[in-house]
Amino acid sequence: MSKHYAQDIGSVVSTKASFIDEIINLARKSSIFYLLFGLACCGIELMQTGGPRADIDRFGSVPRATPRQSDLMIVAGTLTYKMAERCRLLYEQMAEPKYVISMGSCASCGGLFQYAYSVCKGVDKLVPVDIYVPGCPPRPEALTEGLLRVQDKIIRERWFSERKMIGQKQPGLGIDYKVTA
Amino acid sequence: MSKPLEIPTMDMTSKEVMRRIEYTGDMLLNMGPQHPSTHGVINFLVQTDGEVMKRAIPEVGYLHRSLEKIGERCTYNGYMPYTDRVDYIAAMFANQGWAMAVEKIAGIQVPKYAEYCRVIACELNRISSHLISVGTMAMDVGAVTPFPYALREREFINDLLEELCGARLTYNYLRIGGVAFDLPSGYQEKVTTFLDHFEKILDEFNRLITYNEIFIRRLAHLAPIPQQMAIDYCLVGPNLRASGVNFDVRKQLPYSVYPGLQFDIPLGKGEQGTQGDAWDRFWCRVEEMRQSCRILRQCLAQIPKEHDIMGKVPRKIKVPEGTEGYSRIESARGDMQYYVVAGAGENAHRVKIRTGSFTAMGIIDALSRGLMIADLVALIASLDVVAPEIDR
Amino acid sequence: MTFEEIHQRLAAKFGDRVGPLAPANKDPWAPVQPAAILEVCRFLQEDPDLAFDCLMNLSSVDWPKKNQIEVVYHFWSYSKQHSFIAKCLLDRGRPEIASIESVWKSADWLEREQFDLMGVVFTGHPDLRRIMLPDDWVGNPLRKDYKEQAEWHNITTTRESPLDGFVRLDELVKKKASEKKEVLQ
Repeated sequence: MSKHYAQDIGSVVSTKASFIDEIINLARKSSIFYLLFGLACCGIELMQTGGPRADIDRFGSVPRATPRQSDLMIVAGTLTYKMAERCRLLYEQMAEPKYVISMGSCASCGGLFQYAYSVCKGVDKLVPVDIYVPGCPPRPEALTEGLLRVQDKIIRERWFSERKMIGQKQPGLGIDYKVTA
Repeated sequence: MSKPLEIPTMDMTSKEVMRRIEYTGDMLLNMGPQHPSTHGVINFLVQTDGEVMKRAIPEVGYLHRSLEKIGERCTYNGYMPYTDRVDYIAAMFANQGWAMAVEKIAGIQVPKYAEYCRVIACELNRISSHLISVGTMAMDVGAVTPFPYALREREFINDLLEELCGARLTYNYLRIGGVAFDLPSGYQEKVTTFLDHFEKILDEFNRLITYNEIFIRRLAHLAPIPQQMAIDYCLVGPNLRASGVNFDVRKQLPYSVYPGLQFDIPLGKGEQGTQGDAWDRFWCRVEEMRQSCRILRQCLAQIPKEHDIMGKVPRKIKVPEGTEGYSRIESARGDMQYYVVAGAGENAHRVKIRTGSFTAMGIIDALSRGLMIADLVALIASLDVVAPEIDR
Repeated sequence: MTFEEIHQRLAAKFGDRVGPLAPANKDPWAPVQPAAILEVCRFLQEDPDLAFDCLMNLSSVDWPKKNQIEVVYHFWSYSKQHSFIAKCLLDRGRPEIASIESVWKSADWLEREQFDLMGVVFTGHPDLRRIMLPDDWVGNPLRKDYKEQAEWHNITTTRESPLDGFVRLDELVKKKASEKKEVLQ
């Protein structure tokens, strides 16, 4: 069986965080800086989403060129094996807490390149993905919806209250990723 | 170390350079594959002492999606969405090249109305592709503001093309033997409204960017490509025309309805610097957008009345094994050529797509010696390379 | 000049090293013996009436049944506005041919690509190494008998279908009801 990073959903998504946690998370979710990782066609739609009409800058998201300054990596486009190691390197260079959106069908599962010998069938073979946005390429509205779902995840994270009760080990990260073998 | 210091000389090959580079004081930096310009995932191994480069060796293949191998598995019509991904910014041209190559080997005729639909879609796509090209070039040079202006105009074209075929980027609009959908009602008025609006924007763009003094000082005299070098390295498209070579597939080897249309070919004259420098390549693209507007107006006036969008195409396109076809079209990035060898059955035996960006990458090594790193960014932007065309 | 006239020029100069023009299967082409390709290319470039100043395309086609690999050259002349197609047939077990990079610079990357994807070795090329695929890739993918590896650098090349072991909800309910009936009985 191949290696995939799976999410331990648990009961985190259904519970609310406390008031202080929500204040902290409100500040965090309103300024998500995303890493410009446009690889292929979805990269053009990522540009258009940052453009004038479907503007994600109104949610506080600005593109950053370097992973050291970003907290969201939007993998937009087809990932090839030659690029896969660099993708993992960029993910590891980002500082915690970090999130990944897999944009488009090529990043989610290999897309229409199932018969290609050089395409990695899904970016979740390398990095843990929070949100999958389907489409080929997804419309800017779809990507905006993906960003809003990441914001929904962020608002529920717990920093102070009742972490042990739900089994959350580290503060902030609402979900522990584990590797399913 | 006991070995003597060997400075890599200019005429060493890149393999020897990479072996010897560790013995000098220069740095070997990786520019890419992830970088904020939008040309896609291409990597440059830059040997530099800080600002001035000695070599810039391009490394490609980070977006190699094995499209040519997939062509050997798909039926002729089924391969059309894959040709979109050959150059996703100018996808209609890639579609048209494939359709023309297969129509040549299968002997299929395309009706006149469908040809006009194709040219209208293609010229709209040429404008939108050049908008991205000039917008990102301004952004790479440092002016970030024109880029959203270009994206705003591109949104109007995206709306028009979405109304035509349902998709914003990878259209899959052409079919073997015609087009997929008819022009919607009221389309001609919408396109005309857009053209009236856009030609004024082009003048504003020229005032803001093209003849801006800072822009001219950044780009004039940057990497001028002489005519003979451009031909030897097989540069095509606006890169070639900026060096003064008067060649456009639409004029010299006309196909589709281009024989009946009147338009000019902008040639680089060295207006602000040397002939064939980066400013000339930029200016050629801006002027081509203007000529595309002219072509669109003529097409809308000349389009025939009978709405037949598909020719006579057999249900399964089967061609005798070994039949070859070669098609050449003038894409936004130059002369895109398809070489198709038919296989036994319903699919091709070999598909080779020769694109303009592939050979443009080959020339960067020769042009970039002695340039500064910021100039390398402007050079790549002026050659308008996109990663999917290089890697396919 | 038409294809026939160019072919006559070549045949006059090179005799039987340039074969007859193949029947016009849409675009006629001339076979050239692989040993003579460099001379033929130099002649095509230098002759003032032919003046082919551009190598448009270089591709290779794999024919396992004939046990051959064809290397196809497309030439174009900007000054005379004519084109020509030449083909070299190579043995599939050992596809080697002279590199024409010294004649046209565009052959540099085009030949590297065919070396990478098809495995044709171009002798005399200054820098023949892989271009599209990673440097430690094994195999030449465009060959017809290419088998994909199971993994590369610990990344598996397949993905399980999410529908494996998928049971529809109504069938699941029926299955559970029939199991319960069996248990009761």
